[in-house]
Amino acid sequence: MNFKKLLPQLLTLLVVILIFGFFSYNAQVNMENRGITFGYGFLSQESSFDVQFSLIEYDGSHSYFRAYLVGLLNTILVSVVGIIFATIIGVIVGIARLSNNFLIERAASAYVEFFRNIPLLLQIFFWYFAALRALPLPEKAEPMFGVFFLTIKGFFIPSFVWNNIDVFVYSLIASIISIFFVKIYAKKKQEKEGIQTPMLLIAFGLLIILPLLSYLFGGVTTSVEVPVIKQLSQNSFTFEGGLKLPPELISLALALSLYTATFIAENVRAGVQGVGKGQKEAAASIGLTPNQVLKLVVMPQALRIIIPPTTNQYLNLTKNSSLAAAIAYPDLVLVFAGTALMQTGRAIEIVSITMLTYLSLSISISILMNWYNKKIAIKEK
Amino acid sequence: MKKSTLLTPDKNNLLTYLSVGLTLFFFSVLDVVLGSFYNINLTSFLPGVLSFLLPLFLGFIGLHFIRIEYSGIKFLDLINKNINTNSFNALLSLLIIFIIIKLSPPTLSWFILDASIAGDSKDACSGSGACWTYIKVWFNRFMYGMYPNEEQWRINISFISLAFLGSVGFFTTEKLKKYLTLYYVVIYPLIALLFIYFFISGGPIFFDFSYGIIAAVVSIIIGFFIPSKFKMYYFIIVPITIYILLKYVFFYEELIELGKLESLEWVETGAWGGLSLTFIVSFFCLIFCFPIGLFLSLGRRSDLPIIKYISIGFIEFWRGVPLITVLFMSSVMFPMFLPEDMFIDKLVRVIIAISLFEAAYVAEVIRGGLQALPRGQYDAAKSLGMGYWKMHIFVILPQALKLVIPGIANTFLALVKDTPLIFVVGLLELAGMLGLAKTNPKWLGYAMEGYVFASIVFFIICYAMSKYSYNLEQKYKTER
Repeated sequence: MNFKKLLPQLLTLLVVILIFGFFSYNAQVNMENRGITFGYGFLSQESSFDVQFSLIEYDGSHSYFRAYLVGLLNTILVSVVGIIFATIIGVIVGIARLSNNFLIERAASAYVEFFRNIPLLLQIFFWYFAALRALPLPEKAEPMFGVFFLTIKGFFIPSFVWNNIDVFVYSLIASIISIFFVKIYAKKKQEKEGIQTPMLLIAFGLLIILPLLSYLFGGVTTSVEVPVIKQLSQNSFTFEGGLKLPPELISLALALSLYTATFIAENVRAGVQGVGKGQKEAAASIGLTPNQVLKLVVMPQALRIIIPPTTNQYLNLTKNSSLAAAIAYPDLVLVFAGTALMQTGRAIEIVSITMLTYLSLSISISILMNWYNKKIAIKEK
Repeated sequence: MKKSTLLTPDKNNLLTYLSVGLTLFFFSVLDVVLGSFYNINLTSFLPGVLSFLLPLFLGFIGLHFIRIEYSGIKFLDLINKNINTNSFNALLSLLIIFIIIKLSPPTLSWFILDASIAGDSKDACSGSGACWTYIKVWFNRFMYGMYPNEEQWRINISFISLAFLGSVGFFTTEKLKKYLTLYYVVIYPLIALLFIYFFISGGPIFFDFSYGIIAAVVSIIIGFFIPSKFKMYYFIIVPITIYILLKYVFFYEELIELGKLESLEWVETGAWGGLSLTFIVSFFCLIFCFPIGLFLSLGRRSDLPIIKYISIGFIEFWRGVPLITVLFMSSVMFPMFLPEDMFIDKLVRVIIAISLFEAAYVAEVIRGGLQALPRGQYDAAKSLGMGYWKMHIFVILPQALKLVIPGIANTFLALVKDTPLIFVVGLLELAGMLGLAKTNPKWLGYAMEGYVFASIVFFIICYAMSKYSYNLEQKYKTER
């Protein structure tokens, strides 16, 4: 290590240390002046604020930490819903863009160009303030299929009431594990004897039969609870029973999935186009059926191109879900970095926890991604 | 195959099939058009669902009849090849055509036919369509925010002259081309900054800091002509000398006095807003995030461990957090990190935050380009005796940046689309102004018009940017 290499490094280090030192010194002075002490003890204090929509039991008597959990769960909920719909729409649109049907191709690319070039925040605002506000009031809502009610106060859908749900869940897990083992067995059998097992059929069978058994013998029962309109006062109505999806959740999920789907569609298109024509021709020439060509030759290669950028989009969607704060969907940013921060005034602690949460989320996903990338990378000899 | 000769069109009975097919197809289209434009239901004698699905059914049979390969009629072949290759495709094509026909009357009437634009109050909007009067009345606010009306010419003049100065690159002669980089990297941003500061903000002409700016500009311009042998010493000595000379020897008192003669009214950044603020924020963030990102990407690929890990940490940190939390940090947490008496303007804080955030993304994009270059390029440059900076400036970066034009354009697009987020700190650009206008008690209930208008504006900006980047990509494409 010679001097020429050491000097710039030392200088950079010095600058970084100086900046951090400057900031932390100021922070200390400022906090002393305001009489705040740094610490995370406030997390166990009573929060005394309410949250509109929460997946776990929560009210003002719970702690700030519980409020943090409520926000985190809401963020995860909207992200998962968004990711599922974005993937479905994205794959369909991506394949449509490859269609040899002129009209379908144009329609798909118009969709992509349009939704990709409008800021996400504007789209969220559009759905929340303009589109969903055009829905009817609860008392005037027309039921869809008799049980779904789309109203300005949110979507009311029937909910399932379960008895012994744990037995059902165990049976589902058991069926998934057994499918996994059957698959290993089938692969071994194919390698040894060259006989293919109808995997799809068996998988579906297991997935249906085991939960069915749990109904018959495990004492699992399900009933459907349909939302019923209820009068609160002279001209205020609401629905009782069933599940209420607040309009914030719907507009956020809608905007996120429509926006992210455009990027996923482009990834899908690039992935399928990235598989050489020769590959398809070679596969067809050894006598594979079109379905087999798609399943065994095109998709494995296309997925290798599609999955890394798509995971990135999933990550972006999760981070973008923080825009929820703009329409008051109680996600992590709104509940914790918004309300809790206003109440406690602990800017440094709360903002750092919020950022760390997102940071650990994205770093863990990118570690997973790197592992996956290494696994599927072409192994050259 | 012989069984279904009646229903399988063939070339021998071309005319028969064609006439039957086209009649059915046109009848189905006619039915939908009449139904949606004139509200006439040709098939009202049928029960509801059947009457609704009949055009689809008829059109499907029609398309089936005209699906004749190599018919010899060019137009027919074109249609068959593009929208009618098989039954599934035919069905989808019909669906798309019918949906477009069904949707066009309500869209047209909302946008144009029933819309109102006259007048300047809510009363003018009586039709069932859009109320463009709302946009017309609020247009000024959507463009300039709360900027005082009589001062708006300052924004106009600044933007026009900046656009003019920015387009200089297209008109320069070959001889001056080599100075373009210097112009765009150093001089143009400075001019822009001065315009924003003096003109839009209306700051005093001379302040303490302006000596530094003048010294830097003068010395950089002169420094361009100094032989490279002395450049390093030059850049250490000259700017400081000029600064000292300016500040302590020449005209110090007079200039400060002159600075107090404020000819333009001071407009606080809190009053800036609307589309012009979108432009200002995205412009400066674009300018700042690119060099920062460039240095970060070089740092990440450097073989000096400390620099490398600092760069990695920096990049991964900014990439891992959502922009909204960064803005939260800049507005509520950052003031805690500054000395009590130090105050940084909200807009400046936001621009720094967004620049750092996007710089991390730019860095990753450029790193992709750097990684794509074969090792041979580095080796060749080194074997010519080039040092680190020379190698990167003349050999590596020109090739790497060319490769990543699409990626950088995407990042810049993302930046423009992220600017509405500055509402978090209370700055209201276009989307924020819409929110303000929407809640005005005199103009309740026109959210839709506002968001449609803003969507169109943003779509035009972003679409133009993406098309321009595509052109750029084609222009600099070189075959390897």
